[in-house]
Amino acid sequence: MKMIKIMIIVTMAMMMGTAKSAMGNIVDQTCKQTPDYTLCLSLLNSDPRSSSADVVGLGLILVDKIKALGTETIGQINVAYKTKPMLKRELDECNLRYKTIVEADVHTAIIAIKGNPKFAESAVVDAGIEASICQGGFPEGQSPLTDSTQKMVKICDVTRAIVRMLL
Amino acid sequence: MASSDALLPISAREEDPLLSDGSRSDPNAETHRRRRPVKGLLAVSFGLLFIAFYVALIATRDGSTRSNVDDAEIKSDGTATATSRARLAGVSEKSNDQLWKLSGDRNTVAFSWNNSMLSWQRTAFHFQPEQNWMNDPNGPLFYKGWYHFFYQYNPNAAVWGDIVWGHAVSKDLIHWVHLPLAMVADQWYDANGVWTGSATFLEDGSIVMLYTGSTDKSVQVQNLAYPEDLNDPLLLKWVKYSGNPVLVPPPGILPKDFRDPTTAWKTSAGKWRITIGSKINRTGISLVYDTTDFKTYEKLDTLLHKVPNTGMWECVDFYPVSKTLVKGLDTSVNGPDVKHIVKASMDDTRIDHYAIGTYFDSNGTWIPDDPTIDVGISTSLRYDYGKFYASKTFYDQNKGRRILWGWIGESDSESADVQKGWSSLQGIPRTVVLDTKTGKNLVQWPVEEVKSLRLSSKKFDMEVGPGSLVHIDVGSAAQLDIEAEFEINKESLDKILGDASATVEAEEFSCQKSGGSTVRGALGPFGFSVLAHESLSEQTPVYFYVAKGKDSKLKTFFCTDSSRSSFANDVVKPVYGSSVPVLKGEKLTMRILVDHSIVEAFGQGGRTCITSRVYPTKAIYGAAKLFLFNNAIDATITASFNVWQMNSAFIHPYSEEAVRALSRT
Repeated sequence: MKMIKIMIIVTMAMMMGTAKSAMGNIVDQTCKQTPDYTLCLSLLNSDPRSSSADVVGLGLILVDKIKALGTETIGQINVAYKTKPMLKRELDECNLRYKTIVEADVHTAIIAIKGNPKFAESAVVDAGIEASICQGGFPEGQSPLTDSTQKMVKICDVTRAIVRMLL
Repeated sequence: MASSDALLPISAREEDPLLSDGSRSDPNAETHRRRRPVKGLLAVSFGLLFIAFYVALIATRDGSTRSNVDDAEIKSDGTATATSRARLAGVSEKSNDQLWKLSGDRNTVAFSWNNSMLSWQRTAFHFQPEQNWMNDPNGPLFYKGWYHFFYQYNPNAAVWGDIVWGHAVSKDLIHWVHLPLAMVADQWYDANGVWTGSATFLEDGSIVMLYTGSTDKSVQVQNLAYPEDLNDPLLLKWVKYSGNPVLVPPPGILPKDFRDPTTAWKTSAGKWRITIGSKINRTGISLVYDTTDFKTYEKLDTLLHKVPNTGMWECVDFYPVSKTLVKGLDTSVNGPDVKHIVKASMDDTRIDHYAIGTYFDSNGTWIPDDPTIDVGISTSLRYDYGKFYASKTFYDQNKGRRILWGWIGESDSESADVQKGWSSLQGIPRTVVLDTKTGKNLVQWPVEEVKSLRLSSKKFDMEVGPGSLVHIDVGSAAQLDIEAEFEINKESLDKILGDASATVEAEEFSCQKSGGSTVRGALGPFGFSVLAHESLSEQTPVYFYVAKGKDSKLKTFFCTDSSRSSFANDVVKPVYGSSVPVLKGEKLTMRILVDHSIVEAFGQGGRTCITSRVYPTKAIYGAAKLFLFNNAIDATITASFNVWQMNSAFIHPYSEEAVRALSRT
């Protein structure tokens, strides 16, 4: 019986180990086909779901990241209204653009990734554009959102590459 | 013989056999186990489990990492990923031109759309729902005096999602009344989307509709539906067949690569035949099924056609055209005087391509006349060289025409779409026939009925010297129909043709890459500039460019240049177009329909068509003007043209009065 117990444990450990490394390879293989391998890896590995996801699942994880970053940026915009009231006009524009990202683009991407990826691609591309437009509205050096918008553009690039794999 | 595929369980209860317990419930094995040493057998079964699991992992991994032709492009663009905040990094040229590229330099100010600019963009006489998102045309047909149009629609937002079938009817393909939704996502087999489909008329005059459903597990299946009441000319209500789905993805076809069934045609064996686009790896294909009752199908072993490296074929369309007559043909027509068209929408590039060829009914295959421009190859023919996708034809038995519908998406940001509350148009329906003069391309033309919108007209004849611009005063210039004929003066033509040292430009020229309408050549560009501000700070030129080609022949190009159509930096502004065949003795002709944010241009009677979406910020309302221009260096152009003001089509929301009013027309 002891022999059997050991065999069971060893076999299962091997299965888990192989599973983890084989699955981990999907993340690695997928990220290699995106414009920013390092960013892709860090985004996906930070989410426990990535260890058992297929490419659709990885795409959905990244769309979640877009949503989270978008929501966080809206929070920053709200703070900036108070700390930089002279930029109200630009902040209004960004508010509108980021609302589109979080409400329209993310929603479309989630539904479309699962069944009709080309619409997900245009939604993700649009999200990057909305972020760029927001950033471009500020006079040089005055944007309180530079880090967030640059990050958004990069995440959208990576996400788009993954969505294109589904076409 | 009923396809066993129809029995494949794709229900909500499906389990993937590979992931379930690898052991089999085999009673004999169980009793054997009790007799044999437990240890050994346990070791063996664990070993098998281990192997099965490992195989499953490998299989999943392979499935997820399908080879990506875009690898090279993405990598090279990846290194070029600048941190320019105004440029979307990593968007390779290889990917769809018609998707986003942000214009301007890094310091461009964000463009702020106001309601005045946005509400101007809505069209006056193109089909669009009152609000929200639309995409593919579905199941167009003519029945009991009404043209029916169905379409992919999101009832909840101005972006894609929650797709159901919208519905509208018209007596003349121009004046529409919206009807209630025809089909919604109320079954497990279309829970994630009631997608594109086509109608077929049976011999008894009844109608069957085949459409793609995205199931609750996002598997693409084909479903059958039919009108609840054939006595209702408005076909308000539709019934889904209780035995749906009638087709599921066959072996070898992935669950998301199986959609958009065509109208059926009769085979010589008396069966109905349909084709459905798909792909195997990167080869675009079209599957063929035969049926007698639209409920059970027999998949042919042969494909209608396939073309390597074209990716997924969406919205496949297949129909006969007459070689000799300028009329439409019913989808079932065949014979020696007939060629067949295969058309597909390329998922990868969002471009519709078609090819002319020969259909072999005995085995359901088709071969193109010219394999070098086979369906989907980048140089193959297109219905339209601008923004035009997911198109579908139907046979109009009312007037003996084949009519083409095309989805015209937006070229602006989703933010603007959400702000204005709508997205997408349909092109003006076009008749489609084979070009009996060239035999090598189709010819499309806006349906005659669009002329009923023409109000006042003005006729012009003028000679325009090189480097001129003439304001054409027609009053309001956002809703126009322009028909024009151009001639280049003989001396300029002879000079270019006779001059052996004159560069053979035509081989290098393309609308897309040659710099647009401001780049001047000996014999062009010349044409009209529509939706132009008087300062010309915003304008959309539609023009011919004539260049010397090989063997002292002239080659003519027809282009629309939207690069300066708008100050806004969040809209797509390409130069679209293509070469256009011009036969000996023909004058150069163009027709332009202008309707606010859409411009449809037809060159040489519809041999080359270009649809553009434009979003001027200043050249709107009374400030939109029309110009005639000649940017040629040498040539003097004689232009003879008519400009009509176009009325609105007054597309009405659903009401009994609106239906009655239309019935009387």
